[in-house]
Amino acid sequence: MSETVATDYLDCLLKSWSIKSNEPLSWLNQLRARAIDHVSTQRLPTKRDEEWRFTDISALTRLSFQSAQPHTSLRAQDIEHLYLKEAKNSLVFVDGYYSPQLSTHIDPTVLQIGNLSTFLSTHASILESHFGQYARFDNNVFAALNTAFLHDCALIIAPKNTVIAEPVHLLFIATQSEVTSYPRCLIIGESGSNVTFVEDYVSLQEAAYVTNSVTEISLSANAHARHIRIQRESAQAYHLANCAVSLARGSNYQSVSISLGAQISRYNLNVQLIDEAAECAIDGLALISSNQLADTHTSIDHIKPNGISRQQHKCIVNDKAHAVFNGKIIVRPHAQQTNSSQSSRNLLLSKTAQIDTKPQLEIFADDVKCAHGATVGQLDQEEIFYLQSRGLSEATARSLLTYAFGAEIIDRISVSSLRQQLEQTVLNQTRGNKL
Amino acid sequence: MIVNNSKTLLLVQGLRASINGTEILKGIDLTVKSGEIHAIMGLNGSGKSTLAKVLAGHAAYEITAGTVRFEDKDLLELAPEDRARAGLFLAFQYPIEIPGVANTQFLRLAYNTIQAQRGKEELDPLEFDDFVREKMKLLDMNPDFLDRSVNEGFSGGEKKRNEILQMALLEPKLSILDEMDSGLDIDALKTVANGVNQIANKDNATILVTHYQRLLDYVVPDFVHIMQSGSIVLTGGKELALELETRGYDWVTANKRSIAGAIA
Ligand SMILES: Nc1ncnc2c1ncn2[C@@H]1O[C@H](COP(=O)(O)OP(=O)(O)OP(=O)(O)O)[C@@H](O)[C@H]1O
Ligand SMILES: [Mg+2]
Repeated sequence: MSETVATDYLDCLLKSWSIKSNEPLSWLNQLRARAIDHVSTQRLPTKRDEEWRFTDISALTRLSFQSAQPHTSLRAQDIEHLYLKEAKNSLVFVDGYYSPQLSTHIDPTVLQIGNLSTFLSTHASILESHFGQYARFDNNVFAALNTAFLHDCALIIAPKNTVIAEPVHLLFIATQSEVTSYPRCLIIGESGSNVTFVEDYVSLQEAAYVTNSVTEISLSANAHARHIRIQRESAQAYHLANCAVSLARGSNYQSVSISLGAQISRYNLNVQLIDEAAECAIDGLALISSNQLADTHTSIDHIKPNGISRQQHKCIVNDKAHAVFNGKIIVRPHAQQTNSSQSSRNLLLSKTAQIDTKPQLEIFADDVKCAHGATVGQLDQEEIFYLQSRGLSEATARSLLTYAFGAEIIDRISVSSLRQQLEQTVLNQTRGNKL
Repeated sequence: MIVNNSKTLLLVQGLRASINGTEILKGIDLTVKSGEIHAIMGLNGSGKSTLAKVLAGHAAYEITAGTVRFEDKDLLELAPEDRARAGLFLAFQYPIEIPGVANTQFLRLAYNTIQAQRGKEELDPLEFDDFVREKMKLLDMNPDFLDRSVNEGFSGGEKKRNEILQMALLEPKLSILDEMDSGLDIDALKTVANGVNQIANKDNATILVTHYQRLLDYVVPDFVHIMQSGSIVLTGGKELALELETRGYDWVTANKRSIAGAIA
């Protein structure tokens, strides 16, 4: 891949960038300007970059996807099937643009949710203190691009000591082809709050487009958040996502992320346990087939003592698909009594499928418990035979076993309608796979 | 029970099978008619489980000679699932654990598959739940096992009961129970044996693979076969097992011919 092409792609984007003159907030414009500066000094990663060695995004650079323009013809009935019945609050973004008509939200007094403009005047200082603080873009060109081109944001502020039982649905719908959208989310859990949200990327058609998203999550002392992330983009899409999480003292972050769609997807999740006794549980499942590539890079950074992290990542890979998992665990010198476990389990359903999994432990404290393990395997012939010996066809047996492998992760999703949808998706996708 | 003029369920003739080029079954002949209970005994490694798995259709074994008929079908032609659907059931010596598949889901899938094959009504999850709980009572099984993954973390005896539960649900024509008595405490043995006796009738048949006379006190066989290095060397009535218990396998080896002559 030639770097000139890559530079052209960025040049194109750089040329299309402009400060929005009607923007009332200078700090936001400054942030954008800083981000675009970073874009101009960087290049797109290639397979020569260690962090991207398995993920070739050169196809992306041959296209010049300009920013999506607002598109408003979508009606609520067109997306009825996408709403979650448990979610009374949903924020819907179409090609990156907030749609108040499609969104539903109630009782903003308890939970403060909305898009950027809802909050800019009322919560300017809170926003300023969090925005762009966690998702660093100095060496991440996609986060820099997202920040430079950001025009809106899904915001959730869970006020102090409030528990919000129903999940909040953040729904990002792609409707256009050959465009780039820049979804952005900011979730602020004030101390002692408890919130569940679903970050959901869907497409209404089989089109090629780029989603470049950034999510920032900040939990104050003893706050809890459950983050469910579903990537079900079109099979031709490019999905490049960054999520940064900051965990204060005694806070608890649980995330389940499921990758099903996109031709190429890359999810970077960086969790920092910035104070004592913070806890996180990170679960991931990639279920891919045909020529898909799903790359998950996570980093769990224990900075202070007594932190707990548990991670389980699974990949189910069929046909010629390729899954990548890179899980970094950092335990810094002061982070004594850290307890961390990581497991990467992978299922190959065809001889041409590929998996690259790499745990990466960087431990600088001596009094810690860290366990990790990685396995790559196929469906167990004895298990298949057992099921067949009870009358199940070979195809059913394979589908059931594949499903069972993924179900361990899906079962951790606390929103039951979503869990059922995904169970069905997995069963459909795994039906009749052959080795 | 031996029933006059009953039809032949299983007819094995000259069956030879190997695994990875090693011949394990060296010419097996066995006839099982409906209504009958057969016991197969033999030293460790004599090929009993191999015979059971070959009959159930395990793909690891290569059949090098012989024929097997199951009722009017050529058994060796059928895929494992079609053998099960035709009414063959194997309770495994070592039932496998399947993490992530709920026992109840598995049992219902298996049950409905067989029901559909027989043109009978399938059950929805609620109906099945009632049905399976009744069957579990007969085997003195805790219903908690329904919600767990198939055999996962089950004790040895619990796995065996789960096998017999499957047999009770699927109502096979021919059940091969491979060492169902191993790992069972004496109470469980009685319960499970009682379950087997209840299921046995004049239209089906059972093959018990066992090392111990004790099981045969509860499930009384019509025939006892003794296997040695891949073939059946001796066949007799239930007294053969008693004899074996007191005299041991050396006696069989030394006296194969004369005992066979005496029985015949
Ligand atoms: N993959 C294999 N390769 C070579 N030999 C094998 C293989 N699998 C099984 N065998 C051999 O086949 C023989 C018969 O095994 P089988 O399990 O049928 O014995 P068994 O009569 O059931 O014994 P037990 O009473 O201990 O259950 C044994 O000697 C065993 O070691
Ligand atoms: Mg055996």
